[in-house]
Amino acid sequence: MSDVSLVVNGRKVSGSVEDRTLLVHFLRENLGLTGTHVGCDTSQCGACVVHVDGKAVKSCTMLAVQASGSEVVTIEGLANGAELHPVQAAFKEHHGLQCGFCTPGMIMAATDMIRRHPEGLDEATVRAELEGNICRCTGYHNIVKAVLAASKTMAKSKGKAKAKAA
Amino acid sequence: MGIEGIGARVARKEDRRLITGAGRYVDDMVVPGMKHAAFVRSPHAHAEIKKIDVRKAKAMPGVIDVLLGKELKTDGIGNLICGWMIHSKDGTPMKMGAWSPLAVDRVRYVGDAVAIVVADTKGQARDAAEAVEITYKELKSVSEAVDALKKGAPQIHPEADGNLIYDWEIGDAKATDAAIAKAAHVTKMHIVNNRLVPNAMEPRAALGHYDKAEDHYTCWTTSQNPHVARLVMSAFYNVAPENKLRVIAPDVGGGFGSKIYIYPEEIVCLWASKKTGVPVKWVADRTESFLTDAHGRDHVTEVQMAFDKDNKITGLKVDTIANFGAYMSLFSSAVPTYLYATLLSGQYVIPAIHANVRAVYTNTAPVDAYRGAGRPEATYLLERTMETAARELGVSPAELRRKNFITTFPYQTPVIMCYDAGDYAASLDAAMKAADYAGFAKRKAAAAKKGKLRGIGMSNYIEACGIAPSAAVGSLGAGVGLWESAEVRVNGVGTIEVLTGSHSHGQGHETTFAQLVADRFGVPIDSVSIVHGDTDKVQMGMGTYGSRSGAVGMSAIVKALDKVEKKAKKIAAHLMEADEGDIVIENGVAKVAGTDKNVPWFQVALAAYTAHNLPAGMEPGLKEGAFYDPSNFTFPAGCYICEVEVDPETGVTEIVQFVAADDFGNIINPMIVEGQVHGGIAQGVGQALLEGASYDGASGQLVTASYMDYAMPRADDLPSFQVSTSNTPCPSNPLGIKGCGEAGAIGSPPAVMNAITDAIGNNDLTMPATPQKVWAAIRAAKKH
Ligand code: FES
Ligand code: FES
Repeated sequence: MSDVSLVVNGRKVSGSVEDRTLLVHFLRENLGLTGTHVGCDTSQCGACVVHVDGKAVKSCTMLAVQASGSEVVTIEGLANGAELHPVQAAFKEHHGLQCGFCTPGMIMAATDMIRRHPEGLDEATVRAELEGNICRCTGYHNIVKAVLAASKTMAKSKGKAKAKAA
Repeated sequence: MGIEGIGARVARKEDRRLITGAGRYVDDMVVPGMKHAAFVRSPHAHAEIKKIDVRKAKAMPGVIDVLLGKELKTDGIGNLICGWMIHSKDGTPMKMGAWSPLAVDRVRYVGDAVAIVVADTKGQARDAAEAVEITYKELKSVSEAVDALKKGAPQIHPEADGNLIYDWEIGDAKATDAAIAKAAHVTKMHIVNNRLVPNAMEPRAALGHYDKAEDHYTCWTTSQNPHVARLVMSAFYNVAPENKLRVIAPDVGGGFGSKIYIYPEEIVCLWASKKTGVPVKWVADRTESFLTDAHGRDHVTEVQMAFDKDNKITGLKVDTIANFGAYMSLFSSAVPTYLYATLLSGQYVIPAIHANVRAVYTNTAPVDAYRGAGRPEATYLLERTMETAARELGVSPAELRRKNFITTFPYQTPVIMCYDAGDYAASLDAAMKAADYAGFAKRKAAAAKKGKLRGIGMSNYIEACGIAPSAAVGSLGAGVGLWESAEVRVNGVGTIEVLTGSHSHGQGHETTFAQLVADRFGVPIDSVSIVHGDTDKVQMGMGTYGSRSGAVGMSAIVKALDKVEKKAKKIAAHLMEADEGDIVIENGVAKVAGTDKNVPWFQVALAAYTAHNLPAGMEPGLKEGAFYDPSNFTFPAGCYICEVEVDPETGVTEIVQFVAADDFGNIINPMIVEGQVHGGIAQGVGQALLEGASYDGASGQLVTASYMDYAMPRADDLPSFQVSTSNTPCPSNPLGIKGCGEAGAIGSPPAVMNAITDAIGNNDLTMPATPQKVWAAIRAAKKH
């Protein structure tokens, strides 16, 4: 058994876990954050993507102990209270989800993708970057649309914020 | 239509919880005292169980119990069944072998469940499962259906001699043979429809909870049809009487057919919960899903299509061998018969059709309905054959199809189905226009300059949905009726609950069903809640599959709404001292037509429940139920065009455009319909280019049992799709809906394969058309 302590969605949490416990299981079982899903056992599907210290990580590929001391954001921590994150809002507006099982991982991966591409995104880049996330329902068409739309919205609001600051 | 009514592009109500991580899937459920299960599964494709030793496993940390098939039998738990009786052409009933939820003396495929371990944690259960010692005597196995029929093949079930489950036929053999004998041209093909793994992203799961105090069972399960699960588990598997069993299918992460069936795991978890006295949860890992979810397709077919000198089809002869795997899954028998051969007329006038189908046991996972179920197989063989015939006859594929289209309705095919409405030329025209078919030659030439091979292919599919009139399917062997039920419950303040037997696992019912109500009474969809997926809450239901939730499920809601509306009008008329016939309900008020007299909707509802001032003799309340039994199948149809570029150096295929023109009848929410088509196309393209379940011939091991080995379509394998609809309303249901859930998966595989074979100039290519296969086919074509 090992002790872990980390910050999840802004809250300090700690626990004692079996050494083999994966981060995803710690989040789901110890913390009850069941929005992060498990869709495979070979780190292929991306249903489990969360942010660890600001970067998208497949939480099934990381031991809970490895995440100790880190800051983790899960799908539950993405919205600002009742106000949806622009990526969440875009998935809803563009029908980027059907059964919703891949969705938390998709949204977390997309958020990270948009952050890494301040220059903006095009369809080919979005498709290539979503390579690690499988969706069986949507055929990706509307997911791609949602990510592109969110990237535009976020660029605009960033631009506005900058303009304000200046 | 109103902004939230029928036809409106309304954003989904269910999204909010799903995008914020608040969805509740079975694996998210926690019950006090809950323990975890792992199944011990056969590592062999075919073996006798000689000895099972559980002593070591039982002594492992955290282990509560290890239970075996023998005990399950002692407790009277029944075998799994196939619920659709098919008779062979000699009149004998299908030969169903026994399928025990936990194998007792023999295992028949890799993954066959042998024992369940219940422990404090999932990890402990798994560790202990590995410590269960089973002595097997390995037997010879067979994984291909064609081989299983050969002399000397291993016998899998004593009931099915030579592994043949049934040998069934439909149509007129004599007339078909005569048409072929007289034909000016016959196109012959050997068609393989590759085996697929459905791969809903949420793995299957079950949580069984026996409550001793109430002597009552609850099962949370990943099901597309919880009521059917309850019925089957009570009536056939003897788990619990129906009145003591509650089945809950909460948020379910995709189904595509694979979650219709009742599998051993939910039965065993419920039974084990009673045995151990603790709630028992099992969640499949992905490898278990690959091994044990019902697979799809797996047909091998010889086809002959006869043409007269005017290129009119005169006959179609089909001989199919269908792989059923090691056991007959719940609806397996219906797939290659009534869901397949009855669609072999396609969109065409074919005077004589004959199909023979042999269903065969093999040492592989059970095979059952997967998105489209039978109809993709029929469409694939017809549309590959049509395209091939056009090439052989030297005519345009579009014109050959057009010449043979059915144009007058109703049209009685020679294989049971009677098509009620359609306009196949309209879809063909729409698709050709959207794809700029006329400009293809130019694009091909431009691609050639870049060293690429460009090809175009089409597919004109028809399917039968809205399954189905109960009496009709009953006469064909179905063990159940295929109606749907609904209850519309207006609360005293005017908010509304709709209880439906349809189950939503991605289809967006919480939105589209609410749109029906909004359309009817002009109330906001936010005041309408859709309740589904719980046998204790919803009266009865048959569930969601076969694109039936719109055509059948919504029709039941319409019937219940009719009754509510009628009563509400009576109440409103009484309140306003007007004539019932003059009342209209719209925009949330009941008013007297042509006057400004009105009462708000909520007051009508309130009056129904205060019952202070109701028409004489009227019962209080505003709540009505209805069952809807369809009077016919519905027949969605359409035309898909795929254009590809193949790199001759690598064999890599890129889909450069994909066009879908569908006729789904009337549409409730176009956004959701388009989403269904996108998803279906992705699965169809997956079948054509990437996916294929493959068993090792010698060992019977599933070689493709993970996402490293089974190629799922990913975002960068697909283009954006151009989808459109041109609709002829369905005459047989009140909304004129045909259904849209399966079309994409049905129509797309032949379009892709026709495009690739067009590009490379070699028709000899099987799905999935991997770069390696395409590359080899290009080389082979050059040699000729
Ligand atoms: S669960 Fe982490 S990638 Fe599939
Ligand atoms: S929405 Fe179902 S898997 Fe993506």
